[in-house]
Amino acid sequence: MYLVVSIAILVTMVLALVRALRGPTVYDRVLAVNMFGTKTALLLSVIAFLFGRPDFLDLALAYALINLVGVLAVLEFFQNRPLAEQDPGHE
Amino acid sequence: MNRHQRQSTAARPLQLAGLLLVLLVSWMLWSGIYKPLLLWLGLFSCLLSMWLAHRMGFFRHAMPLRAMLRLPAHWCWLLSEIIKSSLEVARVVLSPSLPVSPCVIELTTTETTDVGKVILGNSITLSPGTVTIDMHENRLLVHCLTRQSAEQLQELEVQRRTALLKIA
Amino acid sequence: MSELVFDLLSWVLLCLGGGFVLIGGIGALRLPGFYTRLHAASLTDTMATILIFSGIMLQAGFSLAALKLLAIMLFLLLTGPTASYALANAALQSGLRPEAEWVGDKHGGDAS
Repeated sequence: MYLVVSIAILVTMVLALVRALRGPTVYDRVLAVNMFGTKTALLLSVIAFLFGRPDFLDLALAYALINLVGVLAVLEFFQNRPLAEQDPGHE
Repeated sequence: MNRHQRQSTAARPLQLAGLLLVLLVSWMLWSGIYKPLLLWLGLFSCLLSMWLAHRMGFFRHAMPLRAMLRLPAHWCWLLSEIIKSSLEVARVVLSPSLPVSPCVIELTTTETTDVGKVILGNSITLSPGTVTIDMHENRLLVHCLTRQSAEQLQELEVQRRTALLKIA
Repeated sequence: MSELVFDLLSWVLLCLGGGFVLIGGIGALRLPGFYTRLHAASLTDTMATILIFSGIMLQAGFSLAALKLLAIMLFLLLTGPTASYALANAALQSGLRPEAEWVGDKHGGDAS
């Protein structure tokens, strides 16, 4: 049963990656990466019980923390820049 | 304004002790190793975190304890809202015609403290279908996935529930 | 007997959580425009997180692992909306206009 949930989360992570690659704006990409990060924390928690190794929970917490800080740092980097400058693919 | 200045002068000892207790307990639970060296390192990092929190202005924005005790009731109500609205969003996403009618709605709030505004904004964002996208002074911009969720927001239920916490 | 009930309940919660994660992923791909995709992400961020974590917590029983799970869940639920707000606000500030209809505030719309 844990296996089913892990597969569902993995599929969603792939979908998020597809969204990150397709864009079109830089914010879509950051959103997808943020989603990917929170799904990583979820997946690690499920895997901890799938394999019966509770120490994976510590990794899950670490990923949740790093994900938040990472997303905020990236946003800080992009903030207050006009949209056209950020993404050459954007019309 | 007056209140803000009074709060910024000094952190209350109760807040300091409470944060230190929470940090120490989480260190002990997470590390699980009780050797003297690690305990000292833990104490050191707890104090370091408290200093950083102080520098960030954490204590200026801290919530009164009485309001914190009322939070679980707020969360229970929020949970029922989340269940209702996520079923709605799931229906929208799964239906083949994708019946979205995105709209932006401006709300005014009577919350005076920063913490109150943050709780209000986060409560709105947490329920799927509505996301707070901007906040200045006492105005909130909320993006809604469907017209229906915007109309629900106009009933001001979230504001009423947040006001019940009596943070100010 | 009660163990069976707990097992059943936690499987149901986990399956529902998996379903919501998938729906959120599909939504992030299908929905048009950045701001609407934000809603799909918030669906997986809140509903799926609550369902999956409460499902696992029922399996973990009363233990340290359950406490850690609760801490991770609360952390995700408290920071998720903050990250969404930061993201949406950054997009708004940089001039990405939502393709949306503007609805005024019925009750206090006349405030400047």
